[in-house]
Formats: sequence, C-alpha cells, structure tokens
Amino acid sequence: MLTIDQATYDAIVAHAKRDHPDEACGIVAGPEGSDRPERVVEMVNAAGSPTFYEFDSTELLELYKEMWDRDEEPVVIYHSHTATEAYPSRTDIGLASEPGAHYVLVSTREHGNNDGPVEFRSYRIVDGEVTEEEVAVVPELG
Amino acid sequence: MAIEVRIPTILRTYTDGEKAVTAQGETLSALIDDLEANHAGIKDRLIDNGDLRRFVNVYINDEDVRFIGGLEAKLADGDQVVVLPAVAGGAGETA
Repeated sequence: MLTIDQATYDAIVAHAKRDHPDEACGIVAGPEGSDRPERVVEMVNAAGSPTFYEFDSTELLELYKEMWDRDEEPVVIYHSHTATEAYPSRTDIGLASEPGAHYVLVSTREHGNNDGPVEFRSYRIVDGEVTEEEVAVVPELG
Repeated sequence: MAIEVRIPTILRTYTDGEKAVTAQGETLSALIDDLEANHAGIKDRLIDNGDLRRFVNVYINDEDVRFIGGLEAKLADGDQVVVLPAVAGGAGETA
C-alpha cells in the first residue's frame, strides 16, 4: 500500500494538470528505508512529449546526489498519462528500474488542464511484473 | 589505479548488495570489462551491441559520458564513476 499525505497528492495532481497534454514526471523522496514520501521533486520531462517522459540525464544525477547526501531514496516515482488510463504501459514496465519504489500514474485524459477528478493509481514494478496497490491519502503522514 | 563506481539499486544483485565498488581501466570500456571480471553479468546490463544501453546513464566526475567520448571516455586514478538507470517511460508503446 502507498500511504501519501494530501498535500503531496495534490502537488502531484497539480503538476500533471499543469503539464497536460505533455506527460509530467517527478519523484517523492523520503528517508532511506522509511517508505515515507516526504519531499516532492518535480522534474522536467526532457522528452517534452504527450507519450513519453524521461528525466534529463544531468538533472537525474543532481537529483540522486542530493538524495544520497540526505540519505534519501525515491519512495515514489510518478508520471502522467494524458490520453490513456493510469496503468503502466509496456514502456513503463520495460524501463522501470527502482524495484523499491511506488510507481504512481496519474491520468489527465478526462479533464486535461481543468479542475476535476483524475485517476491516481500506484504500482510496484519488479522484474517486469506489475502489482497494483491500494493508495491511502491521509491528512498528514503519521 | 582505483576508480570508485557507484552502483544503482537494480544492479546491486551483481555486487553482493554493495553500493559502490572499485574497478580499474584507462577507458570506460576497459573499466566495464574489469567490472565484468569481478561481477559477472553486469556488462550485459550496461552494454548492448557494443554501445552503452540507451537507458543507462554513466557519469565520470559528474559528466555524462555521452558528451565525453562514450565508451572511449578516458579515466584516471581517483575518478568517480556513477551508473544510473534512466528514469523514463510513458504511454507510447515504443520508446
């Protein structure tokens, strides 16, 4: 199960809506081993595409070095699908490289840049196998 | 000549869980061969058809090797190498 606080959830959804129709991407870092998504880091989609996302390689290194300095890890890796459901594509599955992370997908296909509900789903992706998990949105992390 | 190589989580199965290992080589290509000698199987995760895999990033002293010669990038004692898989994906079925 992914337990996430409301403010973090809202930040991810806002990012996805803002970048629609391109895919938005980012991570939520947390202390190593804690499973606590505490610090949202919005990333630029270097692909700038409605069907693909990729962190810029230089920004990727900066992000990881910052996390190493802070003894953090990527607890959540999120991105949006803008015309399809919030389910990992073959590309998502093939490129998933953080077996410890929650992969969050947000679909903005229904309301685009506008207000309105989105699909917000979370998965584990390990060795090509996708397992959906429950998402618990809490007022604050305990 | 000792070069520290930072190993990402997903490749630590090849390094007995170690986050960083030391290796040697005067080029990235030689370094990867040296890694393979001690951590069999890791080379195939980094190289495909004689070139760096598209979705694997390697940095020498914070420079993406794609901008400094790729597999032929030069290494010197004390250099720091970081391997990071790309964070990428998307709705498209082909990357």
